[in-house]
Amino acid sequence: MPEATPSATETSDAGRGFGVPPLPLLIVLIAGGLFLACDLLKYENYTGGWVFLSSGNALNILNQVSTNAIIAFGMTLAIVIAGIDLSVGSVVALTGVALCRLSVDYSVHLGASIPVVLGLGLAIGLLNGFVVAWFKIPAFVATLASMIVFRGTALLLVDGIPIFNSDEAFLFIGNGMILGAVPVPVLVMVLAALPFVYLTRCSIWGRRVYALGGNEEAAVLAGVNVFRVKLMVFALCGLAAALSGVILASRLGSGQPNAGDGYELDAITACVVGGTNMNGGYGAIGGTLAGAVLIGLINNGMNLMDVSPYWQLIMKGCIILAAVIIDCNYSGGRTRQGSGRE
Amino acid sequence: MNDKEPLLEMRGICKSFPGVKALDGVDFSLYPGEVLALVGENGAGKSTLMKILSGIYGPDAGVILMDGREIAFPDTNAARAAGISIIHQELNLCENLGVAANMFLGRERVLGFGYLDNRSAERKTREILAALGLNIDPGMVMNRLQPAQKQMVEIAKAVSQNARVIVMDEPTSSLTASEEKILYGLIGTLKRHGVSIIYISHKLQEIFCACDRVTVLRDGRLVGEAPVGDVDEGRLIEMMVGRPFANIYPPAPGVPESAPVVFEARGIASDGVVEASSFHVRRGEILGFAGLVGSGRTEIAKLVFGAYPVTSGEMILDGERIDRNSCGLAIRRGIAFVPEDRKLEGLSLGHSLTDNISASNYGRISRRGVLDRRSVRKLVGDGMARFRIKAPGGHTQAKALSGGNQQKVILARWLSRKPKLIILDEPTRGIDVGAKAEIYAVMRELAANDVAVIMISSDLPEVIGMSDRVAVMRGKRLVAIVERGEATQETIMAHAAGGSKSA
Repeated sequence: MPEATPSATETSDAGRGFGVPPLPLLIVLIAGGLFLACDLLKYENYTGGWVFLSSGNALNILNQVSTNAIIAFGMTLAIVIAGIDLSVGSVVALTGVALCRLSVDYSVHLGASIPVVLGLGLAIGLLNGFVVAWFKIPAFVATLASMIVFRGTALLLVDGIPIFNSDEAFLFIGNGMILGAVPVPVLVMVLAALPFVYLTRCSIWGRRVYALGGNEEAAVLAGVNVFRVKLMVFALCGLAAALSGVILASRLGSGQPNAGDGYELDAITACVVGGTNMNGGYGAIGGTLAGAVLIGLINNGMNLMDVSPYWQLIMKGCIILAAVIIDCNYSGGRTRQGSGRE
Repeated sequence: MNDKEPLLEMRGICKSFPGVKALDGVDFSLYPGEVLALVGENGAGKSTLMKILSGIYGPDAGVILMDGREIAFPDTNAARAAGISIIHQELNLCENLGVAANMFLGRERVLGFGYLDNRSAERKTREILAALGLNIDPGMVMNRLQPAQKQMVEIAKAVSQNARVIVMDEPTSSLTASEEKILYGLIGTLKRHGVSIIYISHKLQEIFCACDRVTVLRDGRLVGEAPVGDVDEGRLIEMMVGRPFANIYPPAPGVPESAPVVFEARGIASDGVVEASSFHVRRGEILGFAGLVGSGRTEIAKLVFGAYPVTSGEMILDGERIDRNSCGLAIRRGIAFVPEDRKLEGLSLGHSLTDNISASNYGRISRRGVLDRRSVRKLVGDGMARFRIKAPGGHTQAKALSGGNQQKVILARWLSRKPKLIILDEPTRGIDVGAKAEIYAVMRELAANDVAVIMISSDLPEVIGMSDRVAVMRGKRLVAIVERGEATQETIMAHAAGGSKSA
């Protein structure tokens, strides 16, 4: 899977030049090797063949990480501008329940209800962006507030009770296969990644996102409309979360007002493991995708190894910490303050 | 040069802020291809004048003319469009982006659909850099460049915007001596291209190196204007402070041989940072540390202060060998360290004067772990009076103070602990002349009160003017100690640069 990420080249553009840091890749290799070893052991015991390495398992992992990866694409942008979006988990829940209510209670066709709930996510993102950029509030606080507000809204919308939806077209989004074996969410994830990659790597807008994250003052003085850039970053964050919410609702076959709890932290984890700098200015969609896949790999591998879920949490935390410590300290000291000039 | 028409004129500029008349009828002119120095103490109105020129403020009265025609700058874009670029002391570059990306930030070249045309931006950047004689790779990420190169990129950016007037605010504040020379070379190139430069600096020697003419502001008024050939440093300082200023360095009474040695270093070294170096400093003595950037001056001071481990040699404080060292222990033993970067390492900018002065004194102003308000007030009041800190009161935020006053706050904090040895790293960097003189007076007063003072400075006249003896560093090693009588720029540079060469 890591091959899917752009190679780290030493060129000028932050979006391009800063691909995947070597360490997460290293961990993927180590983890992969480990699981391969355990796969061999299993091969002795069972006759099921190569479990971990099978293409079915690879797609399975991608399928599992798709909801997180899509949210994390938006989160990457928010972190690159030295912000954050904590409301994404609530947006996931809100879009899920809104979609199911529209379909079940108002019999709205999916072709109309999906654009509506995506628009809802976009609108929430715009609102976040407006609050952050207009009132100049730290994004952490602004989106913490909207996280609470929209969790409440999701609960209110269905009075706290999940809405089930057994419509086949609806269920297909999260559970269906295309081209025989490709899960729909994987396809959606790949299609969602494309515009994000284009925006961050090739577009004038992306350049300004990185500029804003690198030095806001410089961006302002260069005539960049900082307000608009921030607005769009958060709008995309909301839109990505809504898309993820649609997939999750379909996968669960229901609109759950408590769905997506803690998803913001999973997304942030994917970004950080993927090399996005929490201080802003550095990060890439490819890295984030690799980060999300890495976490999926670890989860999946540990499941196959029958590691207890409690131990899985402990190990996952340690691996994330190790990844970031090594990335911060041994890859050119990017995240350190100032160099030691006399 | 002056027979030409001025490129830029500002006539009768007035600007008031609540309670302050920042500018009072300033007339100012700039000729094509000229480097004009703008000097004055902090608060003289230099930055207000430049903010009016760049469209950040509108003047209350007065007009701006370019090429003899009246022009108004309602905002910064209008000023930029008219060809005025400002290079601020803190560079406005995105460290995470490349050189070309920075050059074209805000006016990126695109091929359509917002698709960036990096190739053409890099080609254009290469052309501009080449025209200025700069050897910088347009694809290089900013944070890999040296400070001087970053400055060059900033200047090239101004040129790429067809700037006709470039304002440089303290352009050498982060440059080494050799990098300064590169900057002067670039200024020469710009002049040949007909670009005019307004050069703001507190370092008066630079003005004589780089500028053609000098304009002096004081208290919002223009007090003098002259070709640099017609004035000397003393005259400039007089114009800036408004009174004869014979010598800003207070007289050094000299230290008797009998004065006890407060601190002695015997061959101290720290792996990769400082090589075996020995020196001592007596009670009441000011020991200057000179040397090129990177020669280990700051490092040896930090070594004494316990920030680096001593890997060989020994240190003796008041006749006692120091076995274990750390910053905390050094402070407790009576060593104070005033770091070079006031804003980053010395002060908590968002906190009040009171908080800043009382930090590191908590033991003496609290009872059973609770701050005693009366002691705090006394400590802060004493400090502010003794150092003549100019601030509305103890509640003022540290960031609202001028550089000189910030430095005094740090000194007040340390001196209230009554240290035996105080180490000052670049104590007057970025401070105007008047405040420098006050800091020098404080240093002398300290010495007179039996404190041993170590002063690190890149400013050679300052080292020579203030030090009783000068220790010279080269290549991480202390190479010579020069007595006051023998300390001249030539002798010090000869040691600092490596023996035979005279700088």
